Amino acid sequence: MSWELDNDRPIYLQLMEKIRQDIVSGIYKPGDRLPSVRELALDAAVNPNTMQKALAELERTGLVYAKRTSGRYITEDETMRKQLKTELAVSHIKEFLDKMKQLGFEEEEILFFIQKILKEDA
Amino acid sequence: MIPILECKGLSKSYHNNQYALDNLNLTLERGQIIGLLGPNGSGKSTLIKLINGLLIPTGGCALINGMLPGVETKKIVSYLPERTYLEPSMKVKDAITYFTDFYGDFQSERAYKMLRDLEIDANVRLKTLSKGAKEKVQLILVMSRDAMLYVLDEPIGGVDPAARDYILRTILMNYNEDATILLSTHLIYDIENVLDRVIFLQNGRPVLNAAVDEIRTEQKKSVDVLFREVFRC
Repeated sequence: MSWELDNDRPIYLQLMEKIRQDIVSGIYKPGDRLPSVRELALDAAVNPNTMQKALAELERTGLVYAKRTSGRYITEDETMRKQLKTELAVSHIKEFLDKMKQLGFEEEEILFFIQKILKEDA
Repeated sequence: MIPILECKGLSKSYHNNQYALDNLNLTLERGQIIGLLGPNGSGKSTLIKLINGLLIPTGGCALINGMLPGVETKKIVSYLPERTYLEPSMKVKDAITYFTDFYGDFQSERAYKMLRDLEIDANVRLKTLSKGAKEKVQLILVMSRDAMLYVLDEPIGGVDPAARDYILRTILMNYNEDATILLSTHLIYDIENVLDRVIFLQNGRPVLNAAVDEIRTEQKKSVDVLFREVFRC
């Protein structure tokens, strides 16, 4: 199965997002070796150069690091992973709030809603 | 390093004053997959035939690895034509032997592996294969070479979506990272994610030559949508 990618945004950004997501959700553990560029490109069904660019960008952020001969590894820096997790959460919440505001809800109403639904689910 | 393909003022007219390709200047770098896109009659096949020495330019030239098309360039260019040229009574395995004899860079192991993956029997005659299976065999032959430049004319046109996925994977899996693939297609949507760059041709001239992610960043739309806008009828 190839990865689900949107059509209107740069591919390399979406590849970065997917790999970040996989790091946060624990599919890749700290210190894990990432598959090779070619394997990842095949899996995602994208151009290897685009995958290479995504990995190079992730490397620049420090989330993955390269060992000279043996490929790329996931950071063992736990703070960095937690920070990434927080960033992702904040961006999901912002997106959600934007949508609720578009529907015409005030902040207090949104909060009330969330609490109500949390109670119902519990 | 010299570019794998360089077109300098490349022109071709079939009739007086009607140019199928009009003073085309184009350079392809190594290690890229490039989509050649354009409506019918935009000059895609003419360009591909000029690269392969099947047509003689009216003006300018196409240089492959610095050489004019000829015996030496055919050693390094693997070409998938629009139509098959294989003898229909040939068995699939005969076609493989034929390619092994013909091209020094042909990897028959790779060809047999792909045939097995696609469940095509090497002992059957080409004429007994379905249209889609014939196209697959042709593509397998072309991708089993270790060429520097692959020129694929509509490689996914005649096959169903599942086989299309396999073929795209085949292309991704089998090209050497220094090799370049130039492929023409009108099925942009299916192929967009595997391309580095796209070249839009219109009336024999390039109207766009850009990286896929550049287009998406600047236009905030897919190459497919952009194509439909540029070439709206």
